[in-house]
Amino acid sequence: MEPTSAPAIETSQLSRRFGSLVAVDSLSLRLNSGSIFGLLGPNGAGKSTTIKMLTTLLPPSSGGANVAGFDIVRQPQRVRRSIGYVPQVISAEGSLTGFENLLVFAKLYGIQSRVYRERIQQVLEFMGLKDAQHTLVQRYSGGMIRRLEIALALLHRPPILFLDEPTVGLDPRAREAVWEHMLELRDTLGTTIFLTTHQMGEADELCDVVAIMHEGRIRAVGPPAELKTRVGTDATLDDVFGYYTEDRTDERGGYKDAVRTRRTARRLG
Amino acid sequence: MLSEPVVQPADWVEANPFFDFLRQTMAMVEAELRKLRHDQFELLSRAVQPAIWLVVFGRVFSHLREIPTGGIPYLDFMAPGILAQSVLFVAVFFGVTLIWERDLGILQKFLVSPAYRLALVLGKALSAGIRALPQAAMVYVLALLMGVHVRLNPTAVAAALVFIVLGAAVFSTLSLIIACLVKTRQRFMGVNQLLIMPLFFGSNAIYPLEIMPPWLHRISAMNPLTYMVDALRTVMLSGGHSVYGLGFDLLVQAVLLIVLLGVATKLYPKVIY
Repeated sequence: MEPTSAPAIETSQLSRRFGSLVAVDSLSLRLNSGSIFGLLGPNGAGKSTTIKMLTTLLPPSSGGANVAGFDIVRQPQRVRRSIGYVPQVISAEGSLTGFENLLVFAKLYGIQSRVYRERIQQVLEFMGLKDAQHTLVQRYSGGMIRRLEIALALLHRPPILFLDEPTVGLDPRAREAVWEHMLELRDTLGTTIFLTTHQMGEADELCDVVAIMHEGRIRAVGPPAELKTRVGTDATLDDVFGYYTEDRTDERGGYKDAVRTRRTARRLG
Repeated sequence: MLSEPVVQPADWVEANPFFDFLRQTMAMVEAELRKLRHDQFELLSRAVQPAIWLVVFGRVFSHLREIPTGGIPYLDFMAPGILAQSVLFVAVFFGVTLIWERDLGILQKFLVSPAYRLALVLGKALSAGIRALPQAAMVYVLALLMGVHVRLNPTAVAAALVFIVLGAAVFSTLSLIIACLVKTRQRFMGVNQLLIMPLFFGSNAIYPLEIMPPWLHRISAMNPLTYMVDALRTVMLSGGHSVYGLGFDLLVQAVLLIVLLGVATKLYPKVIY
């Protein structure tokens, strides 16, 4: 197993600016191995930018981060070998079968030819896609595509998994299936999971630690239960979210409604 | 199942970087081949345009005896030009797949993988070559049916293959660079419409450069398509001869490809910013 003392992810003053816009502002986080971490925040809070920096897709403007013990700027190749990434948008090729998608990525990751067939079958079985492996992905349901994307991210057995809005657009059953897989990965393999979401239920159900991000800054970090007691007795995570992110001039209900409407499925139909 | 502990897997041992690079490049090409196998409709539909050029334009223009072709029938003269054109058309729109893959998350997945950036870009360039091959075959068949004096000995066909793939790689990498710069589908299509007509008509594809006004002649002599056509005219036709020399044609295309690959590799990861 991973040494539990070393943090899986550690950022210090991590920042990203786009022109005059500060998308991520001096983010300092420490995330233990084997935990499930949820980054919460409304649209435009900087969640995706944070994930892009941690997965080496986007260089930071200032500050830095270590992922799996490797520097994201100086050792991007090592970071890439240590992480699996499930983007928010669809990332499986629709005009290939599930098996073919996995095959291409096995080769891109340099998984040896004597092991990759077996490895592909393992992840297919784990994600419950064995029967559909030779079907074109464009015929998959939204939930199946999501499971395939997670399978793709697991192929090289990364100790850290990044998921950007993993359950957007999924029906409740497909969503729960994804959650179960996350928990199983954490429990059996000690995989560290970093996910973004704006679904409070998901964060509450799944995450050991959540951070609430708003306008590029972390407003609060802690286990969901702790954050709830911080805001008030009987508070839900929704209340916590509202407390830390709403503009004070806004009515809480109105804001929450707006968030709810806007989070309609952009992906997967 | 997945029950082995997630320590750094043993198969991470750094293999030979060169073999890694080759394997990653071939993985991109394999993906393209497999996509083509699942959807052959596109191949058929794309064969229509060169057929129209050869059958309509070619037939009509062969009745004009005005175009100096170096002693070969006009239809012979233009067949390699149409072959180059069909490769150009496939390749020059290939960059849109980059924007497509970026709008989906496929590009992000490629970039988060440890694959060499150059392998990803070269893999795409060769994929465009693969896409161009069935069309090229179609032009060969049409040309044969129409009585063009096509060279069918294996060396000549193999040489044609090299120039087809090389030309497709050049123009698809150019297309990839445009996609990286303009970033949206609409602008990409706009730029390409601007580009494609001058590239085709400012070349020796359907008439020799000698009949052009001097200013256009000079520009066309810098058009990479001119060298592709020159090479194809030499290796595809039994009466064909090269104006610039096959070696020079090859050099121009190869050097250009290396430069374009360098630029594309630099720009490629930035398209998602």
